[in-house]
Amino acid sequence: MKPSYLQKKIVNYLMFTLTGICAAVSVGILFFILGYLVYNGGKSLNLSFFTKLPVPVGEVGGGMANAIVGSAKVLLLATCIGIPIGFLGGVYLSEYSRKSVAFVIRYTTDLLNGVPSIVIGIVVYGLVVHPMKHFSTFAGGVALGIMMIPISVRSTEEFLLAVPVSLREAALAVGAPKWKAIVTVVIPAAMRGIISGTMLDIARVAGETAPLLFTALGNQFWSPGWNQPSATLPVMIYTYAISPYEDWHRQAWAAGFILLTLVLLINVLARVALSKGIYVPRG
Amino acid sequence: MSSIPVSRESALPKGRALSFWRRLRAGEELAYTITLTAAAAMLLITALIVYVLFSQSALSRAKFGWGFLTSSTWDPVAGDFGALPFIYGTVVTSILALLIAIPLGLGSAVFLAELATPKISNALTFLIELLAAVPSVIYGLIGIFVLVPILEQSVVPVLKTAFGALPIFQGPFYGVSVFSAGIVLSVMIVPFIISVSREVLLAVARDQREASLALGASQWQTVWRVVIPNASTGIMGSIFLALARALGETMAVTMVIGNTPQIKASLLAPGYSIAAAIANQFTEATGDLYLSALIELGLVLFGVTFVLNGLARILILSTTKGGHA
Repeated sequence: MKPSYLQKKIVNYLMFTLTGICAAVSVGILFFILGYLVYNGGKSLNLSFFTKLPVPVGEVGGGMANAIVGSAKVLLLATCIGIPIGFLGGVYLSEYSRKSVAFVIRYTTDLLNGVPSIVIGIVVYGLVVHPMKHFSTFAGGVALGIMMIPISVRSTEEFLLAVPVSLREAALAVGAPKWKAIVTVVIPAAMRGIISGTMLDIARVAGETAPLLFTALGNQFWSPGWNQPSATLPVMIYTYAISPYEDWHRQAWAAGFILLTLVLLINVLARVALSKGIYVPRG
Repeated sequence: MSSIPVSRESALPKGRALSFWRRLRAGEELAYTITLTAAAAMLLITALIVYVLFSQSALSRAKFGWGFLTSSTWDPVAGDFGALPFIYGTVVTSILALLIAIPLGLGSAVFLAELATPKISNALTFLIELLAAVPSVIYGLIGIFVLVPILEQSVVPVLKTAFGALPIFQGPFYGVSVFSAGIVLSVMIVPFIISVSREVLLAVARDQREASLALGASQWQTVWRVVIPNASTGIMGSIFLALARALGETMAVTMVIGNTPQIKASLLAPGYSIAAAIANQFTEATGDLYLSALIELGLVLFGVTFVLNGLARILILSTTKGGHA
């Protein structure tokens, strides 16, 4: 039997309501997570969290100053490794490569992007930790740096490709060699996008825990230099959350709150900066 | 952009070395070489990952062969290693996650692509991209302290009274379980399904929709019979992508799965996943064989996600025509 007009209308209405509910639930999850972290984290946060070292089990108080500094150091090193390689690779893909070569490299980059982070951890353990015979801030930075490269390549390429061809042609027409056209015209035109992409990249690896578990390991104390195991915020959240101690749980919430605030803040800033540009790229 | 002619200082043909030197001075060759090296680093890193995983798992591969994948004993003391309990846990949690995430994600994507006004759609997509940015250890935190108690107090008792006869809902529930891990995972992969599917749905040609509507189909019929079938390849791609994420997800799963290497029919029993096993045991592994077996677990995980991702990218590329994924 063919559905009547009314039936059709009811089904139409019903199904679209359902999809609306799906969307509301998905977005609701974000606020659910945010709400819990703000409530539990805000409650547990105090000044000593930022200024003090962790205290031994049983003592109440202490903070995660070393983990905050450790995370900053690991991220700094990761950025220094990941962004230059990723940026230059993106320039190659957008400006120099032939179609077939570009496809192969782009495809590999996407696959590299999908490699589980724990596998990156194993590889860096094999390449850095094992030969050096100890866990270190350096190894953690290398692990996160490798994770940053593919994202940086793709975002750089995307923003460079969005620069109009006419700009390039204008530069070449006044006699600039190609590399000069790229450096002085194309890249500056895409700068806002590239910087935003870099920020998103940093935000993505800032919360990575798995690759740090056996590269930077962890540390209850300060980790001077680059050659010693170092505490990092995500690993601290993990170890504190699975511990049986009430006071450590409190600290895990506080650290989670700080980490999530940072990550989301960078995301919002970068995306707002992007939407104000001449074009609105996605992803 | 490669079609743009490269302007180079016209080098006088006095031998190849000289002309190379001139071009080098003009910067062109140098810029090309540097960027090419960086791009080639992608291939190099991928090769390096394969090499390290392969060479470092040699000990375990030589000793257990393919039996590694089918043996269910995991006994570090006796030095006998089989990956089956971990593979089982990984597969079951991922399937459970997909069962929840596919309807939820597709429903949301249809809403965002078909019904919502562009303004609302963009705002909601923005929020969903933020959800994708939440670090996995945060999901784990919420999983342990919020989700597990909720499941324990209200969800599981209801499920047990309703479906208690089914083998998958039998046995005691201690909170940490395959079931909890599946639910946390589903929440984590929903954003990926939504954002890729939405893109794919939006890429379906407008004439297709108009033709269907002109024949008298309702908007829902158009979506269900025209738009979704047209986008199905890309949607499959988004699902594969999400599956690959779910298989490789480490922290959130480690925190709620219970970390017990066993194969139980009941979803309420604790289990173990490949990624969780590596995360928990890697630094404690004593002896080369133990470490080698863990690295072989990594190799298995890498192989599966690599193939899945490869398929997913091809499916998505074929529907969005050069769009990125």
